[in-house]
Amino acid sequence: MQRRTKRQVKRIIRYALIIVVTAFFIFPLIWLGLTSIKPRAVLFDKPSWSSLFFEPTAKNYIDVFYREQYGLPPVRTYFEMLLVNSLLISLASVGLSTIIGTLAAWAFSRFEMRGKNTMMFFILSTRMLPPIATLVPLYLLYRALGFMYTHHGLILLYTMFTLAFSVWMMKGFIDEIPKELEEAAMVDGHSRLGAFFKATLPQALTAMAATAMFCLMTAWNEYAFALVVTGTDWTHARTAPVQLAKTFGESGYNWGLITASELIYLIPVIIITFIMQEYLLRGITFGTIKR
Amino acid sequence: MGQAPRRKGFLSRILESGRALKWLMVAPALAILLIFVIFPLLWSLGLSFYSYSVMYTPPGVPPTFVGLQNFQKIFQDVNIYESFQRTAYFVALAVGLEFFGGFAIAELLNTRFRGRRIVVTLILIPMMTAPAVIGIFFEYMYNPTYGVVPYFISLVGIKDFNWMTREWVIPAVASMDAWMWTPFMMLIILAGLQAVPRYLYEAAEIDRASLWMRFRYITLPTISPILAIALLFRTMDALKLFDLIFPVTAGGPGAATQFLSVRLYLEVFEYFKTGYGSAFSYIFLVIIIVLSNIYVRVLTRRPQMMAPVEEAVQEV
Repeated sequence: MQRRTKRQVKRIIRYALIIVVTAFFIFPLIWLGLTSIKPRAVLFDKPSWSSLFFEPTAKNYIDVFYREQYGLPPVRTYFEMLLVNSLLISLASVGLSTIIGTLAAWAFSRFEMRGKNTMMFFILSTRMLPPIATLVPLYLLYRALGFMYTHHGLILLYTMFTLAFSVWMMKGFIDEIPKELEEAAMVDGHSRLGAFFKATLPQALTAMAATAMFCLMTAWNEYAFALVVTGTDWTHARTAPVQLAKTFGESGYNWGLITASELIYLIPVIIITFIMQEYLLRGITFGTIKR
Repeated sequence: MGQAPRRKGFLSRILESGRALKWLMVAPALAILLIFVIFPLLWSLGLSFYSYSVMYTPPGVPPTFVGLQNFQKIFQDVNIYESFQRTAYFVALAVGLEFFGGFAIAELLNTRFRGRRIVVTLILIPMMTAPAVIGIFFEYMYNPTYGVVPYFISLVGIKDFNWMTREWVIPAVASMDAWMWTPFMMLIILAGLQAVPRYLYEAAEIDRASLWMRFRYITLPTISPILAIALLFRTMDALKLFDLIFPVTAGGPGAATQFLSVRLYLEVFEYFKTGYGSAFSYIFLVIIIVLSNIYVRVLTRRPQMMAPVEEAVQEV
């Protein structure tokens, strides 16, 4: 009898701890959300119980897109264009990287190749390099090529940046698709490549989507490359994280505005995390741990 | 019946024989990496032996060859020496926090309960957020006057906590990094824990082995390869950390958060010492390459170590 209560107490403690831990990790995001709907008057209050009760406002969200001026009509901030930049650049680079990565992964998975391990190793090692260290020469290369401040410049950079991931991830997935499907298609008269498109690719589409989502997240969140190779405004391929950091420096700690734009930026990522939950472990280990 | 067209042209010969096809398939990937990684790296290796600045060297004037002087200067530069020290301190602190925190949380979650999947996903969100974006918000949370973190700390009894001081800024930044990446450690360790065969624990229970003995002789040996992967991965990422710090502190206060990547950024893109920065980036690269070699070796050369993990992980 006593043993049973002891076990029950243990269970309750465990659940309590789980709640505390979960709260710890999502608290900053909840606080971010709360800050974004606070009126300016209470933004700089010392935190206390009473600071949890305030009249919510949507003004910060309007400020993200329109800057007020004294006595003049409000001006557009073009924040939405920065989001469009972020989205276009991420999507284009992810498309490229997933397609190129899948083709390479298929070859690595299905063929004997001389130096295959060396190549796979080389591909992975490019992902390990510190972006800042590779940025020095890339900056010089981009200046010489005229790729600075351009969308395609950043797209190519992000393709490079996410390629190692998509090759490794897709190789893991394609390894799991039975070879026999392709062999059967070849018996049916398809060429080697045709068999890939006919038999393997349809099976790999979900995997490609998962891989693309991870690459999308990487590109969407990236800061260092964008800081160096993009210009000062949206017409110069500036992405939102860079602009947010700049706003933070210039706006005189206008936290309502900053948190509102941050939340807009983070929501897609949070949604993707939920969509991707069953692939997360696989994703963070480059497909080396499978489930 | 799918009937593929049969043309005996050059192209279809390629598509039918695997020999040319496989190289054609990997060519785009390798080409992109060669152009955007290897070629620039060779360029900057060359530059590291020159005195050159994109800003101050007038156009048309060739860079002057200085041999190993850049490297010499780096090894004599007190700032860079201190930057190494700070980086090491930060990495040890952050990865340590993430490892022990991640382990504890993984142990906590390594049980069946309703809503576990949602709990795990919620905990994983920090890992997915943009470091540059969330880093800025941490400035609001840590602010000494209106921040919520100093408020919590004051509840414990420490008044007037200011993170922007020499002694506290690195622990504060490490705690931000830990908030983001402890979930990463947790997820990997949890996968490892679930791979430990249950009958081993049952046998240990019959033998009345203590909790510590069970941990030492059953849990640890099974999950050590996976631990090695997680630790090396995090160590490398922490070494090159830039986007969580730079937008917020820009290396400050003073030079207290000038870690290797931040220092490198400042040398090249603020002081425009291009040749010098190239040399610096090479030293940085060598450190990362040595570490990533170890990492990749653990990952690829020992697939048999990973096999039990892969088989037994069913649900996280």
